[in-house]
Amino acid sequence: MKTKQKNSQDRVFYLVSYFISVVLVLIVLYPIIYVLSSSVSDADAVAQGKVWLVPVNFTLDAYKRVLAYNKVWTGYGNTIIYTVSGTLINLAITLMCAYPLARKNLRWRGTIMLIFSFTMMFGGGIIPNYILIRELGMLNTRWSIIIPGAMSVYNMIVCRTFIETNIAEEMQEACQIDGCDDFQFFFKMVLPLSKAIIAVLALWYAVDHWNSYFNAFLYLKDSDKYPLQIILREILIQSEGMKGSDDTLAEDMANSQNLYLTLKYAVIVVSTLPLFCVYPFVQKYFQEGVMVGSVKG
Amino acid sequence: MKKNKTSVTGTVKKRDPRKDWQLYLFLLLPMIYIILFKYIPMAELVIAFKDYHVRKGIWGSDWVGFANFIKFFESYKFWRVIKNTVILSLYAIVVAFPLPIIFALMVNCLRNKKFKKVAQVIVNLPHFISTVVMVGIVFSVLNSRTGLYGMLFHELTGSYPEDLFASPGAFRHIYVWSGVWQNFGWNSIIYQAALTSVDPSFHEAAQIDGASRLKRVFYIDLPALLPTIITMLILRMGSVMSIGFEKVFLMQNSLNLSVSEVISTYEYQIGLSSNGSGDFSLATAVGMFNSVIQFALVIIVNKISKQVSETSQW
Repeated sequence: MKTKQKNSQDRVFYLVSYFISVVLVLIVLYPIIYVLSSSVSDADAVAQGKVWLVPVNFTLDAYKRVLAYNKVWTGYGNTIIYTVSGTLINLAITLMCAYPLARKNLRWRGTIMLIFSFTMMFGGGIIPNYILIRELGMLNTRWSIIIPGAMSVYNMIVCRTFIETNIAEEMQEACQIDGCDDFQFFFKMVLPLSKAIIAVLALWYAVDHWNSYFNAFLYLKDSDKYPLQIILREILIQSEGMKGSDDTLAEDMANSQNLYLTLKYAVIVVSTLPLFCVYPFVQKYFQEGVMVGSVKG
Repeated sequence: MKKNKTSVTGTVKKRDPRKDWQLYLFLLLPMIYIILFKYIPMAELVIAFKDYHVRKGIWGSDWVGFANFIKFFESYKFWRVIKNTVILSLYAIVVAFPLPIIFALMVNCLRNKKFKKVAQVIVNLPHFISTVVMVGIVFSVLNSRTGLYGMLFHELTGSYPEDLFASPGAFRHIYVWSGVWQNFGWNSIIYQAALTSVDPSFHEAAQIDGASRLKRVFYIDLPALLPTIITMLILRMGSVMSIGFEKVFLMQNSLNLSVSEVISTYEYQIGLSSNGSGDFSLATAVGMFNSVIQFALVIIVNKISKQVSETSQW
């Protein structure tokens, strides 16, 4: 009798938690599907509010327009350049920093750690950074996008923790006895054994580069160096106020308000799709990384 | 545990640095980077105490003491930007903090492994949408004529609603709830991870004693999460004064400025924006004021967290 009652109680509980989970998943999914459907629907149908879930009068017009727009291509190209080169530099500097600091017997280790971790708590701010970039002559160069964020201290600490816990000191001592120096140990042992964390860091850094617009927004003037996000800002956000620039897109905006509507949705899809497609395959690395980071305390 | 740790570090013999020259060579480039791009900007904060002119340079410009700070404190914007920053930040914490915890507890109860996996992937997806695109989506979906919001309103009432982005009252809600939509799944990962480490024998024992699943959530799962929750809350409270520039800036317009102007956007607006005064010194003072308070908060919060973790452990 009692267990039966308990079971029915549990059944209600499971039902409720499934129900809420499904609702939450739908809330997350719906806007995404809506954007996707609108981007492949007829522009007039979208404007008249006929698209709710599935595409209406399927058409790829908006995509054709977006892909005909040169700025999107240069933006894409630039973003790929920034993401690839930026991530490689990030990885190199992060590993170079994390490897020595993972050695517990390194002299001045505490002080050096403090020098790095202090920058997580205090910084110069927008204007001093801007002045620095200007004095370095990096304004309006591609370097201003890649170099100022060459390493995230947080990621470095995650990496250091990983090396500390996964590569035993005894291993290093044994190698040393065999006549292996710190360089060799780094390239022959640490790098191969850190593949998991390198994958996580690469993903974190790459997503950051792909999505960032702030440095480009502050430091770049020439539109041929703009990353995708700056172009997206022009199309998605600034368009509300200013429609007067001198390119084909501005023409599209003026000629057909409706087409411009679906064009926005298409641009969102084009820019975000790569990450969405990759993510499900790499999500386990991301989660691992979050956990490695959380045990650092 | 703690004692053990200190005694271990206490016995580590530091090596002769000359033997480790290769390791220091590794550190050279990261050190140069951190000094050049983190510490030099800190040193440049002196311009907050100067009347900075490009021609005279940072060191050649005249000292003005705290004049820039006083100018900021006395401007009518001072209380406005502080208030906006704190309110927006606290609102975000109150709403966005508990939801990932609740979600993690719920997902943890789901028994259908396949559904669980799929749900996790889907709720994490929005985290990868860039700020620019996120704001773009919000603008499009909440558009009062062509967006889902306008269409739904029209369908239900027959008329079009007011423009949400023209009303200052809506800004905070849109900012916070779009943030929740984007990140509640991602932020729950850490709690989900903590829940997987709960010893299943607790659940088995409780089940034998006749505890329902709901009871087990409250008496087993939630207590297991408590240390993580406390740590995360403390960390979060430490960042009350640091509202990210990017999203606020993108959502800002002349109509909602009274609620959307926060310290970091104000700093940008004074110093670099085309309609600002270009007063680098004042802008730096504004930014520095924010950084110093932020720093103090982090220190205080760290002290508290040490106290809490000392009393809560063993």
